[in-house]
Amino acid sequence: MELKDKLVSSFMAFENQIDVDTSVHDIRSEAIKIFEEKGFPTKKEEAWKYTSLNTLLKNDFSVFPKEEVALDFKDIKKYFIHDIDSYKIVFIDGVYSSHLSETTHEGMDICLMSAALHKPKYRPVIDNYFNKVAKTDDSLTSLNTAFSKEGAYIHIPKNKAVDKPVQIIHFATGNEAAIMLQPRNLIIVDENSHIQIIERHQSLTENPVLTNSVTEIFADKRAVVDYYKIQNDVQSASLIDNTYISQQRDSNASVHTFSFGGNITRNNLNFYHKGEHIDSTLKGVTIVGDKQHVDHYSLVHHAQPNCESHQDYKGIYADRSTGVFNGKIVVDKIAQKTNAFQQNNNILINDKATINTKPQLEIFADDVKCSHGCTIGQLDEEALFYLRTRGIPEKEGRALLMYAFANNVLESVKIPEVKRRINKLIATKLGVNLGFDL
Amino acid sequence: MLTIKNLHAGVEDKEILKGIDLEVKPGEVHAIMGPNGSGKSTLSSVIAGKEEYEVSEGEIYLEGEDIGELAAEERAHKGLFLSFQYPVEIPGVSVTNFIKTAINESRKAKGMEDMPANEMLKKIREKAELLDIDRKFLSRSLNEGFSGGEKKRNEIFQLAMLEPKLAILDETDSGLDIDALRIVANGVNKLRSKDNAVVVITHYQRLLEYIVPDFVHVLHDGKIVKSGTKELALELEAKGYDWVKQEVTA
Repeated sequence: MELKDKLVSSFMAFENQIDVDTSVHDIRSEAIKIFEEKGFPTKKEEAWKYTSLNTLLKNDFSVFPKEEVALDFKDIKKYFIHDIDSYKIVFIDGVYSSHLSETTHEGMDICLMSAALHKPKYRPVIDNYFNKVAKTDDSLTSLNTAFSKEGAYIHIPKNKAVDKPVQIIHFATGNEAAIMLQPRNLIIVDENSHIQIIERHQSLTENPVLTNSVTEIFADKRAVVDYYKIQNDVQSASLIDNTYISQQRDSNASVHTFSFGGNITRNNLNFYHKGEHIDSTLKGVTIVGDKQHVDHYSLVHHAQPNCESHQDYKGIYADRSTGVFNGKIVVDKIAQKTNAFQQNNNILINDKATINTKPQLEIFADDVKCSHGCTIGQLDEEALFYLRTRGIPEKEGRALLMYAFANNVLESVKIPEVKRRINKLIATKLGVNLGFDL
Repeated sequence: MLTIKNLHAGVEDKEILKGIDLEVKPGEVHAIMGPNGSGKSTLSSVIAGKEEYEVSEGEIYLEGEDIGELAAEERAHKGLFLSFQYPVEIPGVSVTNFIKTAINESRKAKGMEDMPANEMLKKIREKAELLDIDRKFLSRSLNEGFSGGEKKRNEIFQLAMLEPKLAILDETDSGLDIDALRIVANGVNKLRSKDNAVVVITHYQRLLEYIVPDFVHVLHDGKIVKSGTKELALELEAKGYDWVKQEVTA
């Protein structure tokens, strides 16, 4: 049976098995209809022109999470940013792992989506926010909505700076021959509150994993949200990340995406402005090789005046890897005095690697500053010669130049331990040890 | 120290260096002067081991060892240093970290352990003091946002740290005002000893007032057409390069 049919026919059983209130049930029933109608995206669609899911979808994915598989913290410690104190929400094969997690209900909720969907006390919040910024006509988002059951639920009341970062980590153990995971996160940051979140998906085996994740983030007035996505999965794991951010006036939201591994990685990142003086930051470093494929598909919708968006993606592609960057910026007629910046710079390490980059600006206001630039090039040989005349061997020299190329993005990472970890991952990825922490 | 014999080199089919002979002994300073396009930069690049140039004939010896087949970094490990006209910017890597990497890569190549951190620190402090370099400068990203003068000073700082046997200064004076020029030249002079040697490559005589050469060579159309003492530089300054060109063609 094709995966689509399998999912659609599983839906009734899934819906009967869990107990939710009717409004969520209605949203889900509507969502499965959308998915049934549209199916998985194909290369015929403009938005998926350069990313094919065909081969991936031939796997016989199991779609229901079963019981928890136990993991020892010491075996998976390295996937955490373990040198900082943090809240942790950990899932194993889609099932919440209480013994690896550290959640809280003290003065804020850093807990589970399943609880938020079931318990009556969360109902008003769910009614207000669940599936309210996610794109309801998108097939993959709808698929996730239809099966939404588990994930992170975070609600920070107003005037609160969360005391430590939150790590959301999903493990796949290979307990199933092939598994499809559909985490659903809801993050609500009320007026004048601050939060930092680190997200990671990690497969622990060679069995195929497909994750179709949806995260909805609501940043209220003057809220500050910093989100770091670490994508360094094994070659058999693929990720479709759908992140939707709704920002109220004077809020500041940033998403940094570090893509260093995995089979197919698709990031659908969407920012929507609901007030004035909003700041949005979208940054990414992609360093891939083999046959890895990374696709950044972003949207910033400037719908109010006096807002800013800063977008900067650096890509380094080796071997037969392929990359896509599609950055769409929409500036509504009312959104005067918008400042929207977009940069996408790429280095192709050899002639088998490919990058397709496409800025897409739709500007309807006349008093705006919008700039975009994309470059595709090779490493600067003159610069490499300079390093070599200082005694630095070719390989290390290339690594230094690549690091320097990506540095702009790393500079804005606010958690030092995250920055250190990313530097380490980059050094590993480039196969060098430079004798100091990059 | 450095011996170059009948060096011919070029890119693709174009020959740029057409038979260079040069002998530099320990403790000496040589200046190589010449008009634009005479092959000055090609000569420094070829000595340092830039791969895009093809050496068709001749040899380069450093302390009696033929280095013609060595990679640029191997030549550096053997004690060759080339100061660049346009040093490269490396955002995110501090001057200190860069120099640590360079020094330890050289040590690694010689089968030595990394330089102990306290020794490294002491050396950095000493050399920075010697060259009157501010501590803050050392924690800045390598050459990023540096002025022309700062870039050249940083080159001399690297020279001081790496302690090469032979330093080639390629157009070190370009883009420097007189104060910056003096600082850089003083730095080079402080680093001179009876065991090392310096080759200064320059278009103008100006720098040679501060780094006084023992020998001056004039490069024209890929050949050394005239050699002399420091007075030759003054004569060139007074008469211009056309004088040499006319002498050659005459």
